[in-house]
Amino acid sequence: MRRVAPVLEVLVPLALLGVWALWSANSDTFYYPPLTDILSTFNETWVFERVGSDVVPSLLRLTAGYLLAVAIAVLVGIPLGLNATARRAAAPIVEFLRAIPPPALLPLAIVVVGVGNSMKVLIIAFVCLWPVLLNTIDGIRGIDPTLNDTARVYGVSRFATLPAAAPQIFAGMRTSLSLAVIMMVISEMVASTNGIGFFVLQSQRSFAIPEMWSGILLLGILGYALNLLFTVVERRVLAWHRGAHA
Amino acid sequence: MKTWAPPTVAVLCVLALWELVVGIGLLNEDHVPPMTDTVAELANLLGDPDFWAAVGNTMQGWALGLGIAAVLAIPLGIVIGSSATAYRSVRFVVEFLRPIPSVALVPLAVLIYGVGLESKVFLAAFASFWPLFVQSLYGVHDVDPVATDTARSFGLGRLERLWRIKLPSAVPYIATGLRISSAVALILAVTAELVIGSAGLGRSINVARQSGAIELMYALIITTGLIGYLLNTLTSQAERRVLHWHPSQRQVAA
Repeated sequence: MRRVAPVLEVLVPLALLGVWALWSANSDTFYYPPLTDILSTFNETWVFERVGSDVVPSLLRLTAGYLLAVAIAVLVGIPLGLNATARRAAAPIVEFLRAIPPPALLPLAIVVVGVGNSMKVLIIAFVCLWPVLLNTIDGIRGIDPTLNDTARVYGVSRFATLPAAAPQIFAGMRTSLSLAVIMMVISEMVASTNGIGFFVLQSQRSFAIPEMWSGILLLGILGYALNLLFTVVERRVLAWHRGAHA
Repeated sequence: MKTWAPPTVAVLCVLALWELVVGIGLLNEDHVPPMTDTVAELANLLGDPDFWAAVGNTMQGWALGLGIAAVLAIPLGIVIGSSATAYRSVRFVVEFLRPIPSVALVPLAVLIYGVGLESKVFLAAFASFWPLFVQSLYGVHDVDPVATDTARSFGLGRLERLWRIKLPSAVPYIATGLRISSAVALILAVTAELVIGSAGLGRSINVARQSGAIELMYALIITTGLIGYLLNTLTSQAERRVLHWHPSQRQVAA
């Protein structure tokens, strides 16, 4: 059993891919082209033909919006986490803003800042803000009281204990990362002239179905790769934490 | 100080600030309408049958999407989560499929289901499937081993262990999954209306923007926020009621 499981972990995804390839091999349905067609289109389109024109702009917007959100969320979250009155006062505003379905803000962002890059960066940042903010607040609140007391006894400033909130802040950042990809795609679908989201929607509208599928595939790979990258960074940054809890 | 005082004061302050900033011309009135105008527009909307029809359309997409996701995801998650082999073999597939942004499927949904309700429900169901599925999977999988061992040594069979030990300890996970999925389903319903143009609040917002009805656009956006807030409050309340026996809820009551 124990030896079979890791093999299965690799085999099942491969088998699923195989089933897809076989099932679609002789497909003449317009909407579901053979997997081999999708892969060869993928190769023609993304390696590395449209990387500069679509992938790079998309990734730049994603990174800018995401980092902006994390910076603001941590800066605002720390005082809110430390002060109960401020937290209570901010709660309804945070809860309301967080509850707005983010795409609903797109028309607003277009009216206020236009259709350029800043609109996309702002909308990504706005959406990624909330998970990080809430986790920062909870993380700061949840710092072990013993830690705070110890800091006080040794005459160390309270800010020295703040890194203890880092694991929870990272949990929020992880949630935000997939939101950032989603908002990148939506904002490019609604108003853009380049980017992966723009490409996918454009392919569908011009009935370039294998191109559309290749874009969807790329977005899946991108989401997975970003998640993986995040895990690596998290493991490195939080190495002290895992060590302390081992 | 009463507990409700700081939040009320803060909300009033933000509203006043909004009015002030627009009033003294710090923000362009063509971009941001005065708060009082927006609130008046919102009050106006409450008597408008078209508005309620749009709310109804959005809620229909939300309910159907979430319902379909729940019916598929919870049993599937429980079945796969209770078997160690099945759990390990799907783990990779799930990790790969989960980060695919559901909006990437918007074009596909349009091709297959057109621009009506089906597309909206498909997108909402697909997106809200994952949080629920993963939560049920982890919930069943993360059962306290001492509890299952105890049950086994008392001679409880496989089914009875599932019913008495695994399901109850998975319920808090599933409840959290439902709360996340409910928000996700609303987001996708509005996205579908906005991008594809299915009837509902999202399309109304877009139409308001294109026709330059700024107050209306802001009022509609606030409406979607209020709906989201309401759904979130309702699901947390329900969660608290259903899970009153669980340790995670005890602190809240105190």
